[in-house]
Amino acid sequence: MRNYLRTVITVVWKDIVGEARNKEILTSMLVFSLLVILIFNFALDLDVQAQESVTAGVLWVTFTFAGTLGVNRSMASEREGGCLDGLLLVPVDRSALYVGKALGNLLFLLVVEVIVLPIYSVLFNVNMLVPGFLLVVLLGSIGYIAVGTLLAAMSVQARTRDILLPILLFPLAIPILIPAVKASIGYLEGYPGPWIMTWLNVIIVYDLIFTAIAVILFEYVVEDWS
Amino acid sequence: MIKVRNLRKRFGHKRVLSGLDFQVAKGEITALLGPNGSGKTTLLRILSSLSRPDGGEVYVGGYQLPQEADWVRERVGFVSHQPLLYGDLTAEENLWFYGRLYNVSDFRQRTASVLEMVDLQRRGADLVRTFSRGMVQRLALGRSLLHEPQILLFDEPHTGLDQDSVRMLNDVLLHMSEQGRIVLVTSHDLAQVANLASRFDVLSRGKIVASVKEEKIDLDRLLMFYREAVRRRGGERL
Repeated sequence: MRNYLRTVITVVWKDIVGEARNKEILTSMLVFSLLVILIFNFALDLDVQAQESVTAGVLWVTFTFAGTLGVNRSMASEREGGCLDGLLLVPVDRSALYVGKALGNLLFLLVVEVIVLPIYSVLFNVNMLVPGFLLVVLLGSIGYIAVGTLLAAMSVQARTRDILLPILLFPLAIPILIPAVKASIGYLEGYPGPWIMTWLNVIIVYDLIFTAIAVILFEYVVEDWS
Repeated sequence: MIKVRNLRKRFGHKRVLSGLDFQVAKGEITALLGPNGSGKTTLLRILSSLSRPDGGEVYVGGYQLPQEADWVRERVGFVSHQPLLYGDLTAEENLWFYGRLYNVSDFRQRTASVLEMVDLQRRGADLVRTFSRGMVQRLALGRSLLHEPQILLFDEPHTGLDQDSVRMLNDVLLHMSEQGRIVLVTSHDLAQVANLASRFDVLSRGKIVASVKEEKIDLDRLLMFYREAVRRRGGERL
């Protein structure tokens, strides 16, 4: 267990140090997210009530696309210089490598979300500093990144990886995006607790199932991709 | 010891290794020679556990692949065509990273001694992306030796190295061999390995077609031996 944790922490450390130097992932995710919410802000010339109802959808579209950019770039950096081979040569549980990569990706997405949410609140005049809503964002991001990291490891081997990842990821992400949007609407518009909890439970179940599947499958996904 | 029996590997319709038999003993440096596309890299990737064989038996250091891959990974140091290093980390950080993953005790001290071994001690704090190709290759060599592996698999390790670095690499490999380690080096540059290896195997079209065991072999003799072996098999010329 100690070795497992050490591997996870080492991989996360490496991703953070690398990102602190080149800022490739955060910059691209952040610029993309800000552009999307600005475009939506101008494109949807809505009254206050209508803005509240589309807020959750616009936000999750933004986070979904930004997250795709992030996981794709993160896994592509492992391919440069053959570093994925370097990781696969070390005598560690390969699922620990997956968990490390996924945690790094989640961290980057959360940083983007922390910056984007206040800006979005101002632009759309919607208070998003609701603890329940923030919990939905966190849980939704976990599930999305769990699947995204696995599929990015799969698609990074293909020449058409930039196209392949969204094609593989979006259909699999629908079961978490729908409840995430519903639960977000629930918190932002003050729906009853049980109604929100139903969707929140769906997100939690998705997180558990898909994270477990990804941890198990990662070893097979990266196997023998020479 | 490395022992390979009837090893087969194909990529799609292309058969890369076709019933290869091969053996490398402890304490000797074996040079695996062969033209481009003969299967040298594929063989080394299989021996390092990066690739799965389609058939046959592979034993590395007494452990069978792919069943006992984790045991093999602990004991193998691998240098490939690519450096397996992160450009946005410094040389030290790269070695720390791998040192922690390989569970090297006192990895900071080990990093310092490895950097000294590959003559990069003054560049330890520099980002790898600022290194020349030769320096990256030297650091890749250091990375492969970090966990003091018993089996060294080096795929074209001389590529990009200047004369001093070639000498340094050969000295390191000879030293490792004297310590009883298994050293397997691939090359299509016979001049680089003529004075290094004591055994030469020629791989052509996925099979070992000739072997010779001779210390300090004359380059012309090695060249003749190699050309004859490849010609007999109908492979490409060097």
